[in-house]
Amino acid sequence: MIDQLQFWAVLLCLAFGLFFTFVSTVGVLRLPDVYSRAHTASQTDTLGAGLSLAAVALALGWESTTIYTVLLLFFVFLTNPTAAHAIARSAAESGITPLTAEDELESETPDDGTSAPGDTAVNAGEEGGDHA
Amino acid sequence: MSPALSPAALPTPENLALTELFVPAAALFVVLAIMLFYRAVAGPTTQDRLLAVNVLGTNTVVILALLSVGLDEPWFLDVALVYALLNFLMAIAISKFTVERGGVL
Repeated sequence: MIDQLQFWAVLLCLAFGLFFTFVSTVGVLRLPDVYSRAHTASQTDTLGAGLSLAAVALALGWESTTIYTVLLLFFVFLTNPTAAHAIARSAAESGITPLTAEDELESETPDDGTSAPGDTAVNAGEEGGDHA
Repeated sequence: MSPALSPAALPTPENLALTELFVPAAALFVVLAIMLFYRAVAGPTTQDRLLAVNVLGTNTVVILALLSVGLDEPWFLDVALVYALLNFLMAIAISKFTVERGGVL
């Protein structure tokens, strides 16, 4: 009976780990922004990796290598959100502006009258300075 | 260690079915890692590429851990531990180097 329980627990952990890693992969591929990609990389990928490593630890049983796996699980749980936070903060400090709802509205509606004249004015001024 | 491992692992048919479960799961994780290469190659910014490589490294750690059970090679877990350490260090170091003053943490 305990073998049956172990089998189904391993199967469940492996299936959910695979599902959450798939969600994380789709999010990293299809989300529109660095920050949203960092979000899905820090949360969903940590959950998927943690569940898969839990499946490995459950399948190993009471061995000495299980200690390695549990250590790896805690390490991934600590370091993966920290690394994603550092990447998002370096993106913020190197001047990447986050995509907001106003940007989406501006790109959907054809009125470029709010942002386009400023950009063209700045570009014209820079070009004028270069030519002068 | 391996003569102590193999009699516990071999005789029950449940355990054999368990270890045969892990190699196809590792193959599916490899497929997801290949899908992640698109963001690592075509990401618009440096941080996109760094994030994709970080997620790919986590995927590699999981693949190594799954293969250590599926192929019955316990030393793969040591490789996975070292790889997780190096992956974290690489993400922190590159995200520090891309910023001028380096205050990311």
